[in-house]
Amino acid sequence: MLELKNISFKRDNKTILNNINLTLEDNKFYCITGPNGSGKSTLAKIIMGLVTPDSGSIIYNNQDITNLSVNERAKLGFGFAFQTPVTFKGLTVYDLLKIATGREINKKEACNILSKVGLCAKEYVDRELNNSLSGGELKRIEIASVIAKHPNLSLFDEPEAGIDLWSFKYLMEIFKEMNGTKLGTTIVISHQERILSIADAIILLESGMIKEIGNKDTMMNTILTNDCPKGGSNE
Amino acid sequence: MNKEDIELLKEVTETLTDQSEVYNIRKNGESIKRKSSDYINIVPKEDKSGLDIYVKENTLFGIVHIPVIITESGLTDVVYNDFHIGKNANVIIFAGCGIHNEEEKTSVHDGIHRFYLDENSKVKYVEKHLGCGKGSGKRVLNPTTEIYMKKASSMTMDSTQIKGVDDTIRITKGVLEESTTLEISEKILTTENQTAKTIFDVELNGENSSVHVTSRSVAEGSSYQEFASNITGNNKCYAHIECDAIIKEEGKVKAIPEIYAKNVDANLIHEAAIGKIAGDQLKKLMTLGLNEKEAEEVIIKGFLK
Ligand SMILES: Nc1ncnc2c1ncn2[C@@H]1O[C@H](COP(=O)(O)OP(=O)(O)O)[C@@H](O)[C@H]1O
Ligand SMILES: [Mg+2]
Repeated sequence: MLELKNISFKRDNKTILNNINLTLEDNKFYCITGPNGSGKSTLAKIIMGLVTPDSGSIIYNNQDITNLSVNERAKLGFGFAFQTPVTFKGLTVYDLLKIATGREINKKEACNILSKVGLCAKEYVDRELNNSLSGGELKRIEIASVIAKHPNLSLFDEPEAGIDLWSFKYLMEIFKEMNGTKLGTTIVISHQERILSIADAIILLESGMIKEIGNKDTMMNTILTNDCPKGGSNE
Repeated sequence: MNKEDIELLKEVTETLTDQSEVYNIRKNGESIKRKSSDYINIVPKEDKSGLDIYVKENTLFGIVHIPVIITESGLTDVVYNDFHIGKNANVIIFAGCGIHNEEEKTSVHDGIHRFYLDENSKVKYVEKHLGCGKGSGKRVLNPTTEIYMKKASSMTMDSTQIKGVDDTIRITKGVLEESTTLEISEKILTTENQTAKTIFDVELNGENSSVHVTSRSVAEGSSYQEFASNITGNNKCYAHIECDAIIKEEGKVKAIPEIYAKNVDANLIHEAAIGKIAGDQLKKLMTLGLNEKEAEEVIIKGFLK
């Protein structure tokens, strides 16, 4: 169980997150949605330890992890797929997947992981993680690096952004599988109706506050009638 | 050669074995072992220290090893090696130098290598430089490489210096005729108060000649690196120079690009990027469980791979 208690974050005199209190249960599939700039990415980064909140605490399975570093949280089983994938000169897709799995996987295993995100694996394993890969390819590799880690708690920041419709179906398969196997908690930041519709709970964030938490039946109407939350790809 | 010599030699040229067909091993300023073949002839120079290496025309899959090791502290070893590559020949040349210095005097190796590529020949040149030993004496390596390329010849040069060299001035010159291709990739790591200067001086004289230089370097500690390239396009030609450097701690890197187009069809590009490791890269690897130091090592190792 993950508990966020009184999490606040302010920058440049602007309240980005305002006293967030949230409890996320094990093996559930959560979606965070809300307008651009509402604080979704910041919240996810705070959970991963990539951003330190100004106040508040984070409790994971009764352990206070507020002061744990990113890699300590990774060791606890947290995974994080960045909204904008990071590129590396010299590191290959294979290198990244070895780091993600934490062992010397062979190329066949690496290919299996890649095929889950719909990448014709052989063509990609030895590619360098640089801008010779398209945005959509990098995004899918980013997602692959997270599922390769088999996290207990995984965070995906707008996984659908930049992904074509054809690849989107692989993404849905991944999330349905994660949802079905109940092997951990999944938190997906998304604007995509199809992803939202498989969530156990949808968390609507607005201006740094939780406006509503509910399930698809009660929430979809609120979201769809609200003119703000539309797909976007800002940071 | 004692056990340490053999180990040092192994580090310089991993691919040299007892079965190697053509080689010359130089230790402390003298050739200690040499072998030629029917196609590739190694002849010692008479007027100065060094070799003439003749590769017969049409030679296919030729492999030459010419490693140098220096274990004597205080020695300055200067060597002139000329490679004469015949028409249509295709060879791989492994060179490099390891300096093992256990004492307090400076050891120096200046290798002046000239390559004469005849028409349609192809050379892959692999060069590795390293220093080791616990002595306070410096390990200095100053390689000069001159490349003269005749019509339709091509050459790739992979040059690595990632350990223990205190000071280095590396000069590479190229004169390219029609339809030639020169590809150079350089990897340099400096630490402590080491210095490394690299100069590329390439003249693209022939129509459709091209050069591509990729330099990746890391400057740690309080080391200093300088990268200068001076490319002249005298004809319809193409040049792409990429200089990427990571700086750490007090490391300093200076890049001096000079590209000079003297023909309206010359297309010359110079890109230089210097900076510390990107925070996002560290963060990404940390989300996969590496601590900051491990993440940094992975990034640098990949970068210099
Ligand atoms: N470190 C920061 N400094 C200043 N402003 C920030 C910082 N981090 C986030 N913001 C701002 O906070 C707001 C919320 O950002 P973000 O969490 O990325 O929103 P979302 O992911 O919902 O689009 C944005 O206006 C963003 O510019
Ligand atoms: Mg965002």
